[in-house]
Amino acid sequence: MMEYDIVIIGAGPAGLGAAVEAYEKGVRDILIIERDSYPGGILQQCIHNGFGLIEFKEELSGPEYAERFIEKVNKYGIKIMLNTMVLNISSDKVVKAVNQENGVMEIKAKAIILAMGCRERPRGAISIPGTRPAGIFTAGTAQRYVNMEGYMPGKEIVILGSGDIGLIMARRFTLEGATVKAVVELMPYSSGLTRNIVQCLDDFGIPLLLSHTVIEIRGKERVEGVTIAQVDENKRPILNTAKYLSCDTLILSVGLIPENELSKSAGIILDPVTGGPLVNESMETNVEGIFACGNVLQVHDLVDNVTKESRLAADSAVKYIKGLLKQEGKFINAKAGSCIRYVVPQTVNYENIDDKVKFHMRPTDVFKNAYISVKSGGKEIMRRKMQRMTPGEMILIEIKKDKFLDNDLHPVDDITFEVEVV
Amino acid sequence: MAENRRAIYNRRAGYIWLCLFLRLILIAERDGKMYDVIIIGGGVVGSSIARELSKYDIKVLLIEKEDDVASGGASKANSAILHAGYDPVPGTLKAKLNVRGNEMFDELCKDLDVPMKRVGSLVAAFSQDEVDSLYKLYDRGLKNGVKNMSIISSDMVKEIEPNINDTIVAALYAKTAGIICPYGFVIALAENAAQNGVEFVFNQEVVSIDREDDVFRVKTQDSEYFSKYVVNAAGLYADVINNMVSDKHFSIHPRKGEYLILDKEEGYLANTVIFQVPTKMGKGILVSPTVDGNLLIGPTSEDIFNKEFRKTTYKGLEKAIKGAKKSVEKFNERKTITQFTGVRAVPDVDGEDFIIGESDVKGFINVAGIESPGFTSSPAIAEMVREILKDAGLKMAEKDNFNPKRKPVIRFNELTDEERNELIKREPAYGKIICRCETVTEGEIIDAIRRPVGAKSIDGVKRRVRAGMGRCQGGFCSPRVLEILSRELNVDPLSVTKFGGNSNILTAKAKEYVANLYKELLKSEV
Repeated sequence: MMEYDIVIIGAGPAGLGAAVEAYEKGVRDILIIERDSYPGGILQQCIHNGFGLIEFKEELSGPEYAERFIEKVNKYGIKIMLNTMVLNISSDKVVKAVNQENGVMEIKAKAIILAMGCRERPRGAISIPGTRPAGIFTAGTAQRYVNMEGYMPGKEIVILGSGDIGLIMARRFTLEGATVKAVVELMPYSSGLTRNIVQCLDDFGIPLLLSHTVIEIRGKERVEGVTIAQVDENKRPILNTAKYLSCDTLILSVGLIPENELSKSAGIILDPVTGGPLVNESMETNVEGIFACGNVLQVHDLVDNVTKESRLAADSAVKYIKGLLKQEGKFINAKAGSCIRYVVPQTVNYENIDDKVKFHMRPTDVFKNAYISVKSGGKEIMRRKMQRMTPGEMILIEIKKDKFLDNDLHPVDDITFEVEVV
Repeated sequence: MAENRRAIYNRRAGYIWLCLFLRLILIAERDGKMYDVIIIGGGVVGSSIARELSKYDIKVLLIEKEDDVASGGASKANSAILHAGYDPVPGTLKAKLNVRGNEMFDELCKDLDVPMKRVGSLVAAFSQDEVDSLYKLYDRGLKNGVKNMSIISSDMVKEIEPNINDTIVAALYAKTAGIICPYGFVIALAENAAQNGVEFVFNQEVVSIDREDDVFRVKTQDSEYFSKYVVNAAGLYADVINNMVSDKHFSIHPRKGEYLILDKEEGYLANTVIFQVPTKMGKGILVSPTVDGNLLIGPTSEDIFNKEFRKTTYKGLEKAIKGAKKSVEKFNERKTITQFTGVRAVPDVDGEDFIIGESDVKGFINVAGIESPGFTSSPAIAEMVREILKDAGLKMAEKDNFNPKRKPVIRFNELTDEERNELIKREPAYGKIICRCETVTEGEIIDAIRRPVGAKSIDGVKRRVRAGMGRCQGGFCSPRVLEILSRELNVDPLSVTKFGGNSNILTAKAKEYVANLYKELLKSEV
């Protein structure tokens, strides 16, 4: 059986970032396993710019962003096993993987970092009725066809969902000479970044129809059109608003799901809201020595945040190998309160806090001039004014170590994050 | 002068010779396309008959209008169930063929390497009234010759189905019911029939049939084929085919059923096929495991007027969900991975029984109106059709080289690690996973394309090896499957389809649309 200090699953931004960080923190015995034939993950097909504004203070394309890490991985001589699919992971950290050269292998790791990313929600998951013709693609699949394979999946396009990939593809299709007839969004707000709505839709005059959905797909062999309708406050279509849009392609950008089938095989418990593992402040899952970062943990808006998270996971994995990560201690639960959809990490081991803990969360709706209030035992321990909050933009709240202590200087049992509207 | 006459004579002779030659070619061509039996329709019925006839020394052709078997109609989309046989009215063809067909599946599935599980079925009664119906069904079952049935109490039901609703009163338990992959079975039948010499043509729709000198001429949009016998197994369109030949017209009307398939995570919720007490529109909404471990719910039952009107609707899906909750509340409909509509071919005849037999036109055999339990009955129907052909005068000598075994299918997911390693060493394509959700390798996809009656489209691959059938529904693997199809079939990626016809996946090369726009712009400026 092969043995490594750290095995990283996935060579996308999270996996690459974690590998570089672990190396720089002194671990040399690292293996990255990647199913594709080159590293970079989904960044390879993200040829638009806007990556790296936080991390590198410049505007890079996806492949350029990935390249910065790939260069380091190569320079450090970190081993990447490409074209290799992980079949399962055991709770005692044995990774079973397969490729053409080695067949089925078992690899024992001291620590594992999960960085498998996410997948797109398909049509079935949102149950659009109608026929089942060719011409229905998820936005990421369409992006792959156009940007990597060099083919157009359609000419007259309707996009359902205003997630970032959908918005980016609206622009991409337009630049490629196709017509995007509309972007249809079920919610009364877009789930994409504001800058993408401006740069990808507004700049090209593509209509964004909020509180609308596709209620029927038509066409026998190829999509011939879709019927769209406005929805009421319960997201039910209002049938007398139905309108037919002829098109040959329907693109779905209706959400991303962290890809955790492997995590489950290792006995890792998932958060039903994020779809990612439950983790503590060190990005460690309930299985000791298995860490998670990037979109496998929670779907991010910005790759720069993925990189940050991957550093934290890698630092923790290094500490774990060196026996510096405390498994015992006082655990504080971080809870999503009113108008907060989820909080990551979900628990904090007080003993492992250096200086502060960073919490990521998303609100359930759009709020203006509201507060995020952090409470413990009915007492507010922190409050932050937010000019504008939207589910499409992740919120970061940092809490200093001393805030986790009650009046008797004992760590509290739990903290709750809430939105307070003034 | 004489020379001139000679020239004319020569020319004439040449002309006559040419005519004779052309006539010979025509006959030769007709002989080339002359069959003993032509089967119209590549669903479960047509394919079962093809496989049955492939045991005999006769020339058989199967014509299918879609690009694959089990691709167009009822065989592709149904409840995926082997019925025990207590539903049909005693004495009907349905009753007889269901029970006989059910018995034949063990051997068939073994020979054809098709996964099938005899999980048993429950007709669940949730009120005393419904319990009365159970006894009626039980009686029918006895009359039909169904073995291993019993009516069991709620405690026993709970033991078998811990997740059934607590309101359960009793159930009819039939151990011979089973689950199977319906298109997988049809594909296996077709492959084995082809291995044993049956010819298949696809993408050919029969447009007319005439009979001259005891020979049928079956015309399709591009070609024509000749035979002594025609078997009409055209499913939903069996009426159209019959009415081309016979003066005794009948009609088939479509009855659609909407279904949902849930993620494998929900698969634990049913161990058996859970039916509800039937009504006149069908056997009610069922909750069933699939052979692949998903949970299937449906179907609704709705008479429709257009045979191509195969779509799902909000109302239908809601009805299916609501109906299924009557049996098992616990499933989470948000775990739906796909939905589909199936269409039953309901004949407009008294009692809605199967129409099987030689028509008023000698040699033209109808196998029509094969709605539920048609799938379960299909092997018995094939036997029956064989006998009808024999009685109609077809000489059928058994082949000595008939091979009942289909070439085994390698399923990477089911192998041990040692077997996997051996295989990958021999054929490295089995070390490359293309569909991550269902763990399908490139080797399996290539095999599915190269087999007899192989896959020609994305859906063809999907139905054979499950690539794209998992929770991401092909989001990840479909570009890769498209690439493999294009390479293996040696066609441009632009001509790869989802399911034949004009269902092309891609519409142009990148930059083509922009270039066209640019050209138009230049023109308008001139």
